[in-house]
Amino acid sequence: MNGTRGILAYGAHVPYRRLARSAIAEVMGAGGGRGHRAVASFDEDTTTMGVEAARQALAGGTPTPRALWFSTVAPAYLDKTNATVVHAALRLDASVPALDFGGAPRSAVGALRTALASGDRTLVVASDLRVGLPTGPEDGGGGDAATAVLVGSDEDGPLLAEYLGGATATAEFTDRWRTPGEAHSRTWEARFGEQAYLPLAHRAWTDALEATNLTAADVTVAAVAGLHSRATKKAAAALGVAVAEDRTDTVGNAGAAHPTLLLADVLDGATPGDVVALVVLADGCEVLFFRATDALAAGRPTRSVANQVEDRADVSYALYLAWRGLLEVQPPNRPEPNRPSSSAAARRSDWKHGFVGSTDRSTGITHLPPSRVGISSGEVDDMEPAPMADAEGTVATFTVDRLAYSPSPPVVFAVVDFDGGGRMPVELTDVDPSEVEIGTRVEMVFRRLFTADGLHNYFWKGRPLRG
Amino acid sequence: MASHGIRDRVAIVGMGCTPFREHWDRSLDDLLIEAHGLALASAGMTKDDIDAYWYGTSQSSASGISLATPLRLDNRPVTRVENYCATGSEALRQACYAVASGAYDVAVAIGAEKVKDGGYQGLNAFPIPTDGTNRTLTAAAMFSLILPAYAERYGIDEDDLRHVVARIAEKNHYNGARNELAQFRQETSAEVICDMAAVAGRLSVFDCAGVADGAAAAIVVSAEQAADLCDDPLYVKALSLVAGNGSGLVDPSFDFTTLPECAASAADAYAQAGITDPRAELAMAEVHDCFTPTELVLMEDLGFCDRGTAWREVLDGTFALDGDLPVNPDGGLKSFGHPVGASGLRMHYEAWLQLRGRAPEERRIGTLADRSRALVHNLGGYPGEMVSFVGIVGTEKD
Repeated sequence: MNGTRGILAYGAHVPYRRLARSAIAEVMGAGGGRGHRAVASFDEDTTTMGVEAARQALAGGTPTPRALWFSTVAPAYLDKTNATVVHAALRLDASVPALDFGGAPRSAVGALRTALASGDRTLVVASDLRVGLPTGPEDGGGGDAATAVLVGSDEDGPLLAEYLGGATATAEFTDRWRTPGEAHSRTWEARFGEQAYLPLAHRAWTDALEATNLTAADVTVAAVAGLHSRATKKAAAALGVAVAEDRTDTVGNAGAAHPTLLLADVLDGATPGDVVALVVLADGCEVLFFRATDALAAGRPTRSVANQVEDRADVSYALYLAWRGLLEVQPPNRPEPNRPSSSAAARRSDWKHGFVGSTDRSTGITHLPPSRVGISSGEVDDMEPAPMADAEGTVATFTVDRLAYSPSPPVVFAVVDFDGGGRMPVELTDVDPSEVEIGTRVEMVFRRLFTADGLHNYFWKGRPLRG
Repeated sequence: MASHGIRDRVAIVGMGCTPFREHWDRSLDDLLIEAHGLALASAGMTKDDIDAYWYGTSQSSASGISLATPLRLDNRPVTRVENYCATGSEALRQACYAVASGAYDVAVAIGAEKVKDGGYQGLNAFPIPTDGTNRTLTAAAMFSLILPAYAERYGIDEDDLRHVVARIAEKNHYNGARNELAQFRQETSAEVICDMAAVAGRLSVFDCAGVADGAAAAIVVSAEQAADLCDDPLYVKALSLVAGNGSGLVDPSFDFTTLPECAASAADAYAQAGITDPRAELAMAEVHDCFTPTELVLMEDLGFCDRGTAWREVLDGTFALDGDLPVNPDGGLKSFGHPVGASGLRMHYEAWLQLRGRAPEERRIGTLADRSRALVHNLGGYPGEMVSFVGIVGTEKD
């Protein structure tokens, strides 16, 4: 391994939708609290959120990852790798391995640590969708989000933050658990976890300072995350350093994605030379130290965590429950869609996952979906690939379909003309039907259209450009 | 490229049409047997006289066997035809060409659809395995895209335009109320339609064609034979079909205020029939009013009025039963519902009745004094990607 290791790029995805915690008690008479939790839309899952976070991280012309590691506690698939979907959406080369890290939130921070310790330029994606039983602590306290951190060395490009080292403490105790197939986790009484975690946090912190020759006075700020909120708060207070905003009030605890969400939030505002500690309480404790560099200002993602926290619209508690499958609602009286064909999808993966059309060499007309024959030249196979995922466009005309099948009707649908060429009728998402008009500006996002026979149908939708 | 047409080479000498209904008590076979029997009776023929069949159904059954079996045909060729919602007209087109070629003396075009056995409201396309990236919008939503685009292009207030298309539904329901074969036989006012909840864009349920079961059939012979068989045959003047290449959904210059496939098939049909001024020369038109905005833009695409003026012509009553050019005098898809395979032939059935003066008096058109030709327009698909049929029939041989 050569050079200094660290963070080459990072990005976060906080879904557009929020649940006001007060809405829970209004319906249930209990639960909730203050503030909001971030809510994955009905067409988002951990894979699609991971894609969006990765797109944020890679948007600035950063070097291409040589490995993709995807961590989540709520995988869209088992047996089938979810990271390959992210890989396809990012259009990474077949030589780039895409691997899932699953099971527990600890896997996500473990993947980050392992990437920092390895020699590869690795995109570490963490994504989580936290569901609790209505009125329970995670119902209001959980949050849905994803992050992506491109880890590499200063030989790959300018590091936004250098990795200074860290330490870990591991212990077996059953504070929080979930058996496979269950949608929510269970916990032991809070005081048991608290007494188990605090010594582990102390040990990891002390070891990390020693390993890096730092003192607490050198640490500018600590981002402290953990699903045991009491232990996390107490551990943070015991560090003796400034503690970063934990996004409890605005996002909720995003489980596997939360540590890197807080790290991204801190890096969004850090100044060169700042030493940032990431402290994660998850079946033990992980401590990692970073130092922000001069390259940070130029290398930050366009959309900060704070920006995404501001860009939001509330959903009702009932709709939230319906989106998570906790409240079954009457679907439109239409046949449910067929499962997508795996063989047809594989043939057109670049289109379906990468949103790559084709541009006619002789006429310059962009065809969406890609076409072998142009609409006006008539030549066969005189086309170049036209990657359109990052293109923005304008609504030419639109409609709201209250009859069509959708996991969450109505369907808002627009014919979008892309800047620089290309037209396509697309479904809009993260949208209020009343906000669409001819001329509305639209960007493309990767979503799950529906699930049939347990097969998730991933494709791209448009959403209004905001801010 | 040439489109010669077969003007006046074949003629329709018999037609039949079942009532279009929710036929809970009747099967597809029952409907086929009835339409076939009515057509034979109207031509004074038996099934032994028929040489070949073209059977149109979108998704109620497959292959020629599904017609040969219920009719117990005796070693006859039967071709099953499908071309989206233009399936019925396509069956007629093929039967006409078969007779014009001289391959057969007598051909039957028959179309049927049993929609109401599906268990869902509305028409639902047969699922074909795909990569999952195709649109899943309803046809209503696709056609509703026309309204904002048309309002924007011609600077019309969207509420005013919404009222205009409701007037189209009002007119078609007025006509349908005078047709015992129609599914919906009640007049409905534009005001009532405008007050209904929107289901797709600005469209309410009453801006959409209904859903019904039905069947219709036509018997086609050569023009020479027709004179011997029938006092007042309907000569086929033009048969045109355009299958769009989907460019409207790719090409930003397509603005959703026109259906180019319809304009192209109309131009071809007029050339085949030798018509230069359709508004003045046609006695009537049956057009594909699947949704009210469709009929609006068709008035322009079929050359009945200038671009951007159809909305005014609708308000002026140009296309009413007693108007300059009656459109959908039988009540259209609006009143009949849309059994896909049958609709195109049902449209021809109205031309068969009207041009020969056999339509009931309460809905008889008033243009027959100096005009003898009718246009039938039948489309399938959506704005931007559709098939369009335009046919012209007439009682006079040119």
